[in-house]
Amino acid sequence: MTAPLLETQELRKTFGRLAAVAGVSLNLTEGTLTAIIGPNGAGKTTLINLLTGLLVPDAGTVRFKGEDITRLPPHGRVRRGLSRSFQIMNIFPSLTARQNLLLPVLSRLGRNLRALTRLDRETEADAEVEALLREIGLWEKRDARAGALSHGDQRLLELGIAVGTRPELCFLDEPCSGMNPIERQAVMGLMRKLSGERRTTFVIIEHDMDVVFSLSQRIVVMNHGEVLADGTPDAIRENRAVREIYLGGEV
Amino acid sequence: MAMATGSPQGHTRASWRAGVALGLLLLVLFLLPLVGGQYAQYLAIQVMILSLFALGFNILFGYTGLLSFGQAGFYAVGAYGCAKLLLLKPSLLFGVLGGVAVAGVAALILGILCIRHTRIYFSMLTLAFGMMIYSIALKWRDFTGGDDGLVGVPRAPLEIPGLVHLSMASMGRYYYFVLVITLIAVALAYRLVHSPLGLTLRGIRDSEGRMAFTGVPVRTYRLIAFVIAGLYAGLAGALLPPLENTVTPPMAHWTTSADPVLATLLGGIHAFAGPIVGAFLLFMIKDIIVRFTEYWLIWLGLIVVVLVMGCPGGVVSLARARWLAPRPDGEGS
Amino acid sequence: METLAFQGVVGLSLAMYLWLVSAGLTIIFGVLGVINFAHGSLFMVGAYLAFTFYGLLGWNFGLAIVLSLVGTAMVGWVMERFFLRYLYGVEEAYQLLLTFGFVLILDDAVKMIWGGVFRIPAIPAFLEGTWPVFGRPFPVYNAFIIAAGIVVGIVLWLGFERTWWGRTVRATASDREMANAIGVNVPGVFSGVFMVGAMLAALGGALGIPVRVVSPGLGAAMIIQAFVITVIGGLGNLKGAFVGSLIVGILSAYGTLLFPVFELALIYMVMAVVLLVRPQGLFGR
Repeated sequence: MTAPLLETQELRKTFGRLAAVAGVSLNLTEGTLTAIIGPNGAGKTTLINLLTGLLVPDAGTVRFKGEDITRLPPHGRVRRGLSRSFQIMNIFPSLTARQNLLLPVLSRLGRNLRALTRLDRETEADAEVEALLREIGLWEKRDARAGALSHGDQRLLELGIAVGTRPELCFLDEPCSGMNPIERQAVMGLMRKLSGERRTTFVIIEHDMDVVFSLSQRIVVMNHGEVLADGTPDAIRENRAVREIYLGGEV
Repeated sequence: MAMATGSPQGHTRASWRAGVALGLLLLVLFLLPLVGGQYAQYLAIQVMILSLFALGFNILFGYTGLLSFGQAGFYAVGAYGCAKLLLLKPSLLFGVLGGVAVAGVAALILGILCIRHTRIYFSMLTLAFGMMIYSIALKWRDFTGGDDGLVGVPRAPLEIPGLVHLSMASMGRYYYFVLVITLIAVALAYRLVHSPLGLTLRGIRDSEGRMAFTGVPVRTYRLIAFVIAGLYAGLAGALLPPLENTVTPPMAHWTTSADPVLATLLGGIHAFAGPIVGAFLLFMIKDIIVRFTEYWLIWLGLIVVVLVMGCPGGVVSLARARWLAPRPDGEGS
Repeated sequence: METLAFQGVVGLSLAMYLWLVSAGLTIIFGVLGVINFAHGSLFMVGAYLAFTFYGLLGWNFGLAIVLSLVGTAMVGWVMERFFLRYLYGVEEAYQLLLTFGFVLILDDAVKMIWGGVFRIPAIPAFLEGTWPVFGRPFPVYNAFIIAAGIVVGIVLWLGFERTWWGRTVRATASDREMANAIGVNVPGVFSGVFMVGAMLAALGGALGIPVRVVSPGLGAAMIIQAFVITVIGGLGNLKGAFVGSLIVGILSAYGTLLFPVFELALIYMVMAVVLLVRPQGLFGR
């Protein structure tokens, strides 16, 4: 059995009297695509914030590839192969789409500190950025200001920035929200492709059940800061407790 | 390289125009001592010094998003440093480069204290530390000469042992020295701004959170920007003592810190040439105002208010809209 | 030993001016989210106005203070209503730049209108004299200042915690959209708070006129100290502003006694230590 890529032990985070994350222990295996679902306030985003370094837990540990990263700041985690996208749009609005993707790529190549070389001579980075832009379908809009792009395009860009560092483990917070069916297909296609080709491990928070059930190999259901159920899509579909919290709706 | 969303022909036309304008400007600058009198050269030197000061400020503000009200502190450290060194050993490069180095060290030390905070806090801290330097300059009589400052600073000759020994006694000679230094510094800044580091700084301005998640230690880069701004302020300051033969505490006062802020606001925050254009404009404006009234701060304040309320993009943004091809926001010229 | 204790009490009275200005700055930041660079200038305007009514025109001291508060509140109102208000959604940098512009304007305007430096007017008769403190004569006026500062502190605390107005302001501060939705006149609250902040600064300025010279440099010197206090005490926090003012005031007094050449060094050192050890300030979050 391969060692888990990421494991958490009894992760806990409390805000005032509210336990947003109340003792979560989770293992993630390399190359899998896991979806975290649950009603609003279940603690999904808080969990991701703890795993990606935006929050420090009150208790518990996070290990990535065997290393304890519980207190490591975000940029350190990214350097070790983690990455994420945000629920609320977080792109670089005054830069072009191309420049938005250049930043993570330059970072991966370790070239951020180059002060005296010309940006337009970064051929290796440019090639990667071009491939990525074509991948997410924004090549034609590469010189458009990111802030002026449509919502769907910005979400695609957001995704591009997240995978631009070629992460081993990528957290996507509602990647398909506000997208039309075509864009959604593009996002799902990209995830499948990266999952297959580069063995990128994905963890997505998603409310769209079609996306969740067609894409993920494993579903983790959260409620009140705890893991309610954890298993294959079929198992989750059958799970009575899960059905209940979704108010008897079609799961 | 600047990118345009306009047609390729429009883009080429715009660069051609910019290139010609630049060429003419350089020609004028190099010919100035031949056609202009001493006073014109003196003024031009002052404008170049202010340009360097403002350029550094804008690398911190326009590109990295950090607003500092205390840059005069490093300006003064550069000036006092240069003056002290020149009084010790009258060699121009020794003084100027030494002054820059001292300013850089000061920026590093104060930077470590200031950059760990939110932007608002940062701005407050820079004002406080800038005035701390002013207090030191004013009170530490034994070292800085206190109220009177340092006098008798020589306009030392430019010497590189074994190679060069040029007297700087004439205004023309010193003008060319400042011109060459300024051109080198501007070229360096241009290169920096259009480099991966420059893009990284702009990313930090746009979204620090996102930047951290591309694997970049944001604080370190903020510090880098702060030190660069301090070095440029120090260079600007260091070029002054050989010209005026004196340094005094007001160089560190917050009203001096207002100069690069104003110059940049006037000329344009989001354009590389903005601070330079603004430095020139500010000089002209101050020159005119001072002829009519001694209360020029109030006019500068009014200009700030008008600009902030009405035209935050500065003069260059207006020029862009009319003369140059449409470009995406935030591109250098 | 007695000298030290006495100097401490002197520092306490110094701290009260700082407290009044810092309280105003803190309230404005806490509710509007804006750092008013021109707050020191409002302190200065308050001082000049009070000086004009009491020192130059010879009117009653209490009346002069009231008029100074009203006048400064009006200046503050203009700043907020016609300028700052339009920048609330915009990048903070522009708000800072705007208030910085106001500093330039006010500092020179004061020079234009009142000219140079003046003689200090006499302390109002009923506050003259000294009381023995730690065996030395302590001016009654300074005791009055200390009392005034404490009273203001209590009034502010009660105001924010116990009154309907205080609750409305706090609600608006924490969530302006929500406050708007339940019918609070948010722009009105903002104007009101800004004016209160301005009046606090003016009070600090006005109370100081019988003991210090009014000069155009007052504004800048005060805002720097207010910033240092905010760093030490924590931003947006009245408790922090009070404690910070005490620290800076008392240290200033000791500085003048022990390091007359560079008394500010002590304060800047404390600030640097706080920045390194507890960057959010003593009471900051």
